[in-house]
Amino acid sequence: MVSEKDVQHIAELADVGISSGELGTFTHQFNQILEYFDQLDAVKGDAAAIKDLYNVLREDEIEPSLPQEEVLRNAPAKEDGFIKAPRVM
Amino acid sequence: MAEKSIVFEPEDRYNAFLTVCNKPPHTDGKLAGIAVAVKDNISTRGIETTCASRILKGYVPPYDAHVVGLLRKSGAAIAGKTNMDEFGMGTTTENSAFGPTLNPCDTGRVPGGSSGGSAAAIAAGMVRMALGTDTGGSIRCPAAFCGITGLKPSYGRVSRYGLIAYANSLEQIGPMGKTVTDVSTLMEVIAGYDRHDSTSHNKPYTHTPKADIKGLKIGIPAEYFGPGVDPAVAGVVKKAIGRLEELGATTVPCSIPSMEYALAAYYVTCTCEASSNLARFDGVRYGPAADTKKQWHDAYQEVRRAGFGTEVRRRIMLGTFALTSGYYGKYYAKAQVARENVRKDFQRIFDGVDVIAGPTMPTVAFKLGEKSDPLSMYLADILTVPANLAGIPAISVPCGKADGMPVGLQIMGRHFDDERVVDVAYAYEQAVI
Repeated sequence: MVSEKDVQHIAELADVGISSGELGTFTHQFNQILEYFDQLDAVKGDAAAIKDLYNVLREDEIEPSLPQEEVLRNAPAKEDGFIKAPRVM
Repeated sequence: MAEKSIVFEPEDRYNAFLTVCNKPPHTDGKLAGIAVAVKDNISTRGIETTCASRILKGYVPPYDAHVVGLLRKSGAAIAGKTNMDEFGMGTTTENSAFGPTLNPCDTGRVPGGSSGGSAAAIAAGMVRMALGTDTGGSIRCPAAFCGITGLKPSYGRVSRYGLIAYANSLEQIGPMGKTVTDVSTLMEVIAGYDRHDSTSHNKPYTHTPKADIKGLKIGIPAEYFGPGVDPAVAGVVKKAIGRLEELGATTVPCSIPSMEYALAAYYVTCTCEASSNLARFDGVRYGPAADTKKQWHDAYQEVRRAGFGTEVRRRIMLGTFALTSGYYGKYYAKAQVARENVRKDFQRIFDGVDVIAGPTMPTVAFKLGEKSDPLSMYLADILTVPANLAGIPAISVPCGKADGMPVGLQIMGRHFDDERVVDVAYAYEQAVI
């Protein structure tokens, strides 16, 4: 069972935000779904044996990239050819 | 090549399209001048691509998905972008930020999802073919509910480059169409190797459907006709399989015991992958602006809470939870074991049969609003997720009606045996025309 406090914590970890009004419903649904997931406890066997692997890496060839203005076109905030992001410190 | 264009002005009574291109250009080629609709999670250069989410409203991709480039090269006219469950998360196309798509067969019902817009556009006769994507049934479910044909290709056969990722290890882009021939034609255009997708295989598809299925062995898994499957739907599908027997196929009863855990394994896997994939939507490089004056956690939470719908936030949170250090072994690791068991079951069955047949969906299309509880919606995917977990090809072809609504016959095949599932669907289609 997860509590409302757990769900609040997960919402913060995942940066999805949650309002106090939503917390009860999300917690209820979470518990229903996790209870369903719990049947996996009974699963027997080993995870996929890694086999038939081969390397798909290719040579790193330099190709023309998109022009800067096209790359920046969808960014909502930009300055001097850079994308502006929220403060980290 | 001279550039031409067509006029595309459909009367969209079902909210199938999010963007309509009224005068799409095209070149010469196999699909010259044919209007093809593209699901809105596939990047189209210069055409808004939203994944039916507010968080991508206004986003115009600066490049084409590999498959869209191939479509353009084949002469197809990109007719528009179709509605879907936000980021592909749903079975009804009700989880769209821009309103649900209605089922053209009965507007009180859902078209299925998540590629519901593509299916409805075809069923309503607005386009002959469309691209969808299938993570856990998202091509086959709406194909079944709307009475059209849809193929989930083998994993690795169609490039995912430019598909806005939801659950990479499960999803494939695939063709949808009015007829099996349309689906096969579109598959021929989109399949093949792409150096931009490291899971892409060099398996082009050059195939003309053949209706001869004499001597074909069809596995009939008990689980596809068990509890939870509407007896009316099961009856219609059994009759369709009888038709395949009349055409010279033989049926072999079989069992997929791993299906008991398939749905839980699927939902753990896809939510975990989603929690990572959807981290990129933060209002910095695209989407509604994050408040750059705020601390980043606060700014991102604000943007993501306003921009994502409830189901998307639910799945991101479930995945985040399942991957936290204390629970990883209990959920994700176990899900991968269950997934391997599904793969092994299919391998064992395909030692003795050529294809496996059953219903695509356990019921006909739901009424609008019927699946309001998330878990009950998840449970509807039980017959489609096994093919995604195993990476095998699966097609849904219309096979009659139950309660006046279309029913889909699902044919699954060995990995990279897409041609065979297309042939079986074609044989059935030609026999009932």
